[in-house]
Amino acid sequence: MLNPAPVPRDPAATSRLLLTLLAVVLLWPGLRLSELDLGVLVDGSNADTMGSFVSAFLPPEHGGEFLVLLWQATLETLAIATAGMTLALAIAIPSALLATRALSLSALSRGGRPAWWTHALRWPVRGLLIVLRSIPEILWALLFVRAVGLGPTAGVLAIAITYAGMLGKVYAEIFESVDPLPARALLGGGASRLQAFFYGVLPQATGEMLSYSVYRWECAIRASVVMGFVGAGGLGQQMDLSMRMFAGGEVASMLLTFLALVLLADLLSRLLRWRFA
Amino acid sequence: MNNLQTTQTPDHAAAHGPALRLAGVDHTHAGGQLALRGIDLAVAPGERVAIIGPSGAGKTTLLRLLATALKPASGEVELLGQRPWSLTAGARQRLRTRIGLIHQAPPLPPRQRVITAVLAGRLGQWSLAKSLLSLIYPLDRQGAADALGRLDLADKLYMRCDQLSGGQLQRVGIARMLYQGADLILADEPVSAMDPVLASHTLGLLNREAQRRNATLLASLHAVELALEHFPRIIGVRDGRILFDKPATEIGPGELAALYANEQLEHTPASAPAPRVQLNIPRC
Repeated sequence: MLNPAPVPRDPAATSRLLLTLLAVVLLWPGLRLSELDLGVLVDGSNADTMGSFVSAFLPPEHGGEFLVLLWQATLETLAIATAGMTLALAIAIPSALLATRALSLSALSRGGRPAWWTHALRWPVRGLLIVLRSIPEILWALLFVRAVGLGPTAGVLAIAITYAGMLGKVYAEIFESVDPLPARALLGGGASRLQAFFYGVLPQATGEMLSYSVYRWECAIRASVVMGFVGAGGLGQQMDLSMRMFAGGEVASMLLTFLALVLLADLLSRLLRWRFA
Repeated sequence: MNNLQTTQTPDHAAAHGPALRLAGVDHTHAGGQLALRGIDLAVAPGERVAIIGPSGAGKTTLLRLLATALKPASGEVELLGQRPWSLTAGARQRLRTRIGLIHQAPPLPPRQRVITAVLAGRLGQWSLAKSLLSLIYPLDRQGAADALGRLDLADKLYMRCDQLSGGQLQRVGIARMLYQGADLILADEPVSAMDPVLASHTLGLLNREAQRRNATLLASLHAVELALEHFPRIIGVRDGRILFDKPATEIGPGELAALYANEQLEHTPASAPAPRVQLNIPRC
């Protein structure tokens, strides 16, 4: 008679169960389609092959002649990434300014909603940014290697084009995500859109922009390595050669160099964020 | 004190007509709720007007209309002899450089330094090159320091906006407007975050500045006694309409009671302490 009141059923249980089922149903075909089979990793002969490949990594190559080569390749990789990023920024910043809604004059007197025709003017720029970033940099690299020949130029151009698309999109969104009122107050006081950007938007966006740009620079370093395999210079090209010669020690030294480069990018990012955010 | 005068050119054109004129202005908020209806208003150059009324009466909407931050749904707006909504976008921006709006919570980027925030008042008059140069090295330190000095903030020149209190931020916003040297000064609750003494002092300063430059001043205020003390002309707004529009000396308790009916001021209209406005000023 004095049974305690039954605890009510979790009202969210059904939806959670369904979501879990949905996730499994969606992921399972993915596993099948990608033909992922973890069994091959522990299969005897495969494990031996991998083991001998990895064991060749030790000790990392540190001969004087190789280190000079490594140093030059590292500088080349850094130069490719930096030059690519600089070119990308030159395209991305103007495009972001054109694509963002944050500096709309027509939105000023309409409670923040730009007029439809100014929206229509922003779309071509957004479209261009989508095209630029939708083609992977490796394809651009293959294209440019045919156009300008083997060497860093192809890598620089490939990074510039793809990263302009990514940076432009993200910058435009960062501009839209900051508090719009300072820029609107300036526009309302007669400032031009660029003035409103520099005095109203940029002071709020610097931290995030720097952090994202440094992260992209880090990605550019990695991308330039991958593109080295198709002949776009730098550490990647060197690594391709070492792998062909089964020089595991050299590959290991280069991987350590990557690690140092990414660490450097991380430190730089932290330093900049500490200073500007 | 008159260091700001040097860069100001008195506007002779506006001296002939009214500084601003509204005729049959209606405005509806995006939500469909009517904010202002049938507003007719004319203010002569150099006049100083306080707008009072209960919360939600439409005071801010009225000021935003006058600042061209809103386009009215219908009716005519004429500011400084020009109709902003029949101008080209470029001409409208030039007109806006002559209109200064003081916000209740000045929208300033938190990391911006006070000096930059004040100098931004003249962006409309500066070229892009000059504005960029000034970001790297403040070009008119003296001008910014003078404007801040008049609000007793000279020592905050190089501080960041997020290091200031709400009342100090409001004064930075006023300093920016002083530096802009607008012909039409609009102030939306400009002293709401200040203590009574500072509020009175600041309103006095705004009025003197407007008189000195023959600028037109319109301020919305919550504190009725401040409005009556500092402004010669008072407009009472309630439910999106102008309830009365007369000299401060002719305002009686009856009119105030009608304006604030159902509000605490009903009992002791003129002498009641300023209603404690609960302000939530974001730290810029």
